[in-house]
Amino acid sequence: MSAWILVPAVFASLLALGWAGRLAGQKATGNAPTYRDMPLAVAFGYAFALALVVAGVWLYLQPATLDGAPRASVIFWRWAVHFLAASAVAAFVFRLAGRHIGTEGTKKAFRNMPLTAAFGILVVLIYALTAIFAGWIAPHGQSQVFATANVVPGGNAALGGNPEFPLGTDQIGRDILSRLIYGAQNTVGIAFATTLLAFFLGGTLGFLAATLQGWVDQVLSRLVDVLMAIPSLIFSLLLITVASAWVSGAGLTAAMVVIIAVIDSTRVFRLSRAVGMNIVVMDYIEAAKLRGEGLTYLIFREILPNATAPLLAEFGLRFCFVFLTISALSFLGLGIQPPLADWGTMVKDLSAFINYAAFAPQIASAPLLAAGAIALLTVAVNFVVDWMLQRSSGLKE
Amino acid sequence: MTDLLLEMHDVQIEGRSDETWMPIIKGVDLILKKGEVLGLIGESGAGKSTLGLAAMGFTRDGVRISGGTVTFDGIDLRTASAETKRQLLGKRIAYVAQSAAASFNPAHKLIDQHTEAPVQHGTASKAESMADGIELYRRLRLPDPDEIGFRYPHQVSGGQLQRAMTAMAMATRPDLIIFDEPTTALDVTTQIEVLAAIRDIVEQFGTAAIYITHDLAVVAQMADRIKVLLKGEEVEEAETREMLSAPKEDYTKSLWAVRAFQRPAKPAPATDAIPVVSVQTVTAAYGKIPVLHDVSFDIHAGRTVAVVGESGSGKSTTARVITGLLPQSAGVVELDGEPLPADYRKRSKDQLRQIQMIYQMADTALNPRQTIAEIVGRPVEFYTGLKGHAKRNRVAELMEQIELPASEYADRLPSELSGGQKQRIGIARALAAEPKFIICDEVTSALDQLVAEGILRLLARLQDDLNLSYMFITHDLATVRSIADEVVVMKDGRVVEQGRKAEMFRPPHHPYTDLLLSSVPEMDPDWLTNLLAERGVHNIGDAAAASIK
Amino acid sequence: MHPVLKIILQRLALGLLTLFIVSIVIFTAVNMLPGDFAQAILGQSATPEAVAAIRRDLGLDQPYVVRYFGWLTDMLQGNLGISYAQLNFQSNMGGQNLKTVADQIAPRFANTMFLAGVAAVIAVPFAVTLGVLAALYRNSAFDKAVNVGTLTSISSPEFFLAYILVLFLAVLNPLLPSIANIYQGISLADRLTATLLPALTLTLVVTAHMMRMTRAAIINLLASPYIEMARLKGVSPFRIIVKHALPNAWAPIINVIALNLAYLITGVVVVEVVFNYPGIGQLFVDAVKNRDIPVVQACCLIFAAAYILLNLAADILSMLANPRLRHPK
Repeated sequence: MSAWILVPAVFASLLALGWAGRLAGQKATGNAPTYRDMPLAVAFGYAFALALVVAGVWLYLQPATLDGAPRASVIFWRWAVHFLAASAVAAFVFRLAGRHIGTEGTKKAFRNMPLTAAFGILVVLIYALTAIFAGWIAPHGQSQVFATANVVPGGNAALGGNPEFPLGTDQIGRDILSRLIYGAQNTVGIAFATTLLAFFLGGTLGFLAATLQGWVDQVLSRLVDVLMAIPSLIFSLLLITVASAWVSGAGLTAAMVVIIAVIDSTRVFRLSRAVGMNIVVMDYIEAAKLRGEGLTYLIFREILPNATAPLLAEFGLRFCFVFLTISALSFLGLGIQPPLADWGTMVKDLSAFINYAAFAPQIASAPLLAAGAIALLTVAVNFVVDWMLQRSSGLKE
Repeated sequence: MTDLLLEMHDVQIEGRSDETWMPIIKGVDLILKKGEVLGLIGESGAGKSTLGLAAMGFTRDGVRISGGTVTFDGIDLRTASAETKRQLLGKRIAYVAQSAAASFNPAHKLIDQHTEAPVQHGTASKAESMADGIELYRRLRLPDPDEIGFRYPHQVSGGQLQRAMTAMAMATRPDLIIFDEPTTALDVTTQIEVLAAIRDIVEQFGTAAIYITHDLAVVAQMADRIKVLLKGEEVEEAETREMLSAPKEDYTKSLWAVRAFQRPAKPAPATDAIPVVSVQTVTAAYGKIPVLHDVSFDIHAGRTVAVVGESGSGKSTTARVITGLLPQSAGVVELDGEPLPADYRKRSKDQLRQIQMIYQMADTALNPRQTIAEIVGRPVEFYTGLKGHAKRNRVAELMEQIELPASEYADRLPSELSGGQKQRIGIARALAAEPKFIICDEVTSALDQLVAEGILRLLARLQDDLNLSYMFITHDLATVRSIADEVVVMKDGRVVEQGRKAEMFRPPHHPYTDLLLSSVPEMDPDWLTNLLAERGVHNIGDAAAASIK
Repeated sequence: MHPVLKIILQRLALGLLTLFIVSIVIFTAVNMLPGDFAQAILGQSATPEAVAAIRRDLGLDQPYVVRYFGWLTDMLQGNLGISYAQLNFQSNMGGQNLKTVADQIAPRFANTMFLAGVAAVIAVPFAVTLGVLAALYRNSAFDKAVNVGTLTSISSPEFFLAYILVLFLAVLNPLLPSIANIYQGISLADRLTATLLPALTLTLVVTAHMMRMTRAAIINLLASPYIEMARLKGVSPFRIIVKHALPNAWAPIINVIALNLAYLITGVVVVEVVFNYPGIGQLFVDAVKNRDIPVVQACCLIFAAAYILLNLAADILSMLANPRLRHPK
């Protein structure tokens, strides 16, 4: 129960700290507008942020072992801090490099880029390279089974590791590092292909509907309304059930790609139709129509060049969505089928290791790495898209 | 000086764009005495509104006052605390916005918004303020003043909302009101009522005001003094009559001179001449809503027909029928005596070529992803089949005609051109088809006066050189005076009156034409006063009231 | 009739129509299964009676339209059929008391509603407050931190968030159970404890979406000229929020909330599997794996109905909150 008394106590002391800090600021600066016009809520916010930073530093500085046993909280916290610091440094260096290397156009883009976007681009590049060269990078095959199962990550033989398998092996003796690397190829590659298919389908139909209007638009739009009335994960699970009666293994993976692409193309249709509609009402389209231009010229020369910016941003977002859907399906055991290595499946298979985290933090890292790999790419793509959207909205003004 | 109310000294204002601060106002001085009305005029982008808001110590997001002083009645608004400024705003300084429809909160009744400032600032009780509000509505000649305050903003028309907003600004009897283009969004016949109401009430209460507008004739009616701004800097300032009769600076003179451009009307065409375009008893509808009734007029070779009317009168719809975008339900459109198919998709390439359009908004009329050479070159290639070198030469020739050298502009994108240059490209694209007839849809209304003047002169020259026929859609009678040969007046989808320009500007008229013509502000400071007196005598004001509803 | 009432009735009719068409889609999808499906499901050990029962269920001897309307009337009467697993069990063990799909779903449906309810109770006030604050202090350090935080949360798969929470709240600091053990006659306190971890996971996912949408809606609102007018009238900042922004903000906020509750539906599936939570989502996944068609069909229909209903509610409520529609000309 004492924990519940702690909450208001902490709140009150932070409020007092904020109030005192504001007062001190007013006194020190001779009532400068910054402190004079500061609401108490803002002062509280600063106090709260300060408390968070202090708590973080305190936890970081704690000893990593207590009476010989590892303190997992401290170790995980340090890993997180190290990862964040390394990412920030890498993004900073990458942006610096981008400002000095490349064409005038790319240099200019890097000059106004926030650090988050630089980080996003860097991560996307690394994933792309890993996916393309997985066969060269990975030390072992993705479905190669070794005699030594359940090797502990870390490569330290004293703790049950093996330098040959830096991240250890899974329950049936496959190298986790290799499977992670191949996972980039399979999970990302399949998600990318699915998104491309969805865009091809949805984009074509969307622009057709916007340009032709009339009954074509009506029929397609109503159809999309119905398909979108079913939650997409539920709908894909239903269709995968049906597909599983016909095909299995690699065939089922292919079926899943088609199913998700079709379901996702409804969203692409909505967007490209809306974007197309906005362009079609422009006077330059009317001028082209009155000139007597044909449908092909209208779509490819007048509409598409003006739709690329919003569509590119949407491609990023749709990719994230498809990628997460496929990962979720794989996690449920209904997505990418073995023997292909895949991150969602790996999380499911390795999830039991998390329960060992309290006394052996490195063991728990394997499933978290696979799940983190998914999250990291989606975060990166979102950062890039966020930046692109902000840039294009800024240009309009 | 004890009667000094507002003093702005060397005010500099910056706006944030693309991570850097760009200057908007570059050191302007402004002095306002109690009870005085200052007119602030300038073209779009001159920084009028920004300066007006700065007079209240207020800046919009992404804008900051970076230098100078703003002193209101001895209070330094730049260093005053937020609370001090809050006590001034709405109590001693009030604001009337350009769009009343957007500036009233849709969730509250007008009277509740009216009483908010007095009650919050403690100048009156809710009941007192309500009674006062109704009285103000009466003085501002709002219809049904006892009831109108109990409506929601979307239940009241634009001209009435603008007056209700003036009443709201008056609620605390402030010392200063900033009017930010209060009549720009209104039709001319509505504008006049609002102008008269604002002027009366400002005079009655002896309120000082800054009246911001881009319309010289309007500011001449309202202001004691006029200050002219250009690109964030003051050009000159003088008493209204002096400014109108003897402007000093070249820029101001050029603004005044725009009104002087007038082309003599061409002689009437021979009676047996076949018109280039003939609109005969055309009736059209959007779905089931009829918009055009029995519209007829002819356009002859080398002549300009101006189609005038207020928004919703059917001017643009007539253009859509002629181009075939909106097939008519009855009647015929003839080109050179031959009936045109109603739907543009059924017209031949040559028929399409003969009728070209120039649009109001050059921004939406040019594809932002195509270069000027592509935009102008496409119709050349499409209609004449010219390719490669020949096409490039033809584009250069066209660019020569619109006075933009191809060597400099051909490879640019529309976003790299100014508004007037874009409009010229729109003209070049129309010329590229080598048409007989061009529809100009409000081509100058989005442009500043000087630029608009240049476009009109260019169009007049091209007409003489190429024997073009124009249909000129406009709501601006000054434009009609300068360029038209014949005039067609439209109202509610019908042609009210038509004839030669000289006849049209000479009485007697159809009452609506008269109302429309007399409502256009003139550059005479006594115009509004005289007009109101005249309308009071002849009682034409009732027609105005009826048209406003 | 009041115009708003008319629009609402129109929307309701449209919602029903959509549900009807969705039921056709689901039924048609299942009818694409091959004819010897029953045999394949039950395997070689199936008794002829069980196979016959499934064939009768699929009604393969009747025309498509007749089958559909038969199925639809059954569904509307709450007769969701009998799961294959139960049939198989009976045919091998000879049990008498068959549990119908409705019997199976009912308690799980209640559990899922409880889970979603707890998640919503935590997420809605939290997200709306955060969203409004971020909008008020936009472009501040707070706004940027919240932006990065929510972006990360949106980008993470549900199971990643779930395992992170398990790691910190169940394994490293044993505060909550990592497996949701819910049994018959469980006390409310125990039920809450068992539900809290999955509910927190859902909260994280939904809060991020809801908060971002709230922020966007409020920023859009604060940019409107009537808010600037209120500031220029010298109205206090607090009163601007309460009197000028909020009455117009309900419509977009309600819309955001309802849309995100609809999003919870997809979320429960994965989260229930992670925590082994005995809800309808987990039942659905198991049924998909076992190709237990009656269960799959029923769950699908329930999910779709809830989704359509919530979207409909979002539509109608935001219309009711719009002053322009409430006070017609």
